[in-house]
Amino acid sequence: MTGHHLAQLNVGTLKFPLDDSRADGFTSMLDPLNEVADNAPGFIWRLVEDGGTDATAIRTSLGDDVLVNLSVWESRDALWDYVYRSGHLDMLRRRAEWFEPPKAPFQVMWWIPAGHIPTVEEAVERLELLREQGPMPCAFGFRDSYQPADADSALWRPVAATART
Amino acid sequence: MEDIEAIAMLQDPVRRRLYDYVAAQDHEVSRNEAAESAGIQRTLAAFHLDKLVDAGLLETDSRRLSGRTGPGAGRPAKLYRRSGAERQFSVPPRDYRTPADLLAEVAEAARLDTELQAAARREGRAARAAAPVDGLDAAKVLLSARGYEPRLDDDRDALRLANCPFHALSERHPVLVCGMNLALLEGLMEDAAGLQVRMDPRPGMCCVVVELSKNNVS
Repeated sequence: MTGHHLAQLNVGTLKFPLDDSRADGFTSMLDPLNEVADNAPGFIWRLVEDGGTDATAIRTSLGDDVLVNLSVWESRDALWDYVYRSGHLDMLRRRAEWFEPPKAPFQVMWWIPAGHIPTVEEAVERLELLREQGPMPCAFGFRDSYQPADADSALWRPVAATART
Repeated sequence: MEDIEAIAMLQDPVRRRLYDYVAAQDHEVSRNEAAESAGIQRTLAAFHLDKLVDAGLLETDSRRLSGRTGPGAGRPAKLYRRSGAERQFSVPPRDYRTPADLLAEVAEAARLDTELQAAARREGRAARAAAPVDGLDAAKVLLSARGYEPRLDDDRDALRLANCPFHALSERHPVLVCGMNLALLEGLMEDAAGLQVRMDPRPGMCCVVVELSKNNVS
């Protein structure tokens, strides 16, 4: 397991602009929760915009009202404990207040070689792959239990990942 | 081992006492400690503890309690904790987990969190004992009966819930099921004088804590 880390992208479509007062409940929780993440056991890295403290200003091909959250963890359990067994769970419980119901899978994870920093383009490509083809060793969800070895043995690689290697 | 055989292991009163004791502790238990708790000899305790391990009801670990290593550090002690495996048995056979999982999957996809929480809150209210919960001790009794394994924390102002009665389902649908659980407990504890229920998830614990209300704590 030492040779691999787990990358995860999750996305959400905002109901209101971030500076709308109806989004205050969400925006006021961002800093404390990012701090919880940064100090969580097994946390490695998260995407932060230039000059900022989070990724709320980063936009992708997914749309102008879609927030992205990209991070890297030592293991699936470390990520799981942060997402579902920290203060983060209470925010998830209230997500319908700020985010549209998803029409497609909204999170994806995949194994990366330790030390690799995933790009947001690579991450979005993985999500689209999961949406189009369902879980596989290089794009899966919490319900699936693919191991790093599964990804290594898979011949297929996303375009963005291949282009850089 | 079949579930029915594993459950039958607890029929024996001594084993049951040992099992209950180990399950109730927040640390791994040595043979000596378990023997003392059950008021039996260490060798007899060891025999029964290992039977429980064979049945998959307890798990065991070897560690030197002194923390020292190398020759002269002494023999490692065998330590016991409750197994994470779940045992269910129903006569005649019934399977509620599969439909629960399917229903949860559909409810989650449809984002029915709010509706589920409202139903859970009603269920909590309806299931609440006629007598009002008037403090942490009464809350502890009520939550024990529902399988939460409440433990008073060190400051004696909150109950941490060591067991999630919906564990398997909450692992697969955490947001939906933990939100439901919180609403259920809110319903159960509604009108409980001086108490509040809040989500405060920690690894390995139920996601909810029951504590003295802030305005009740001097």
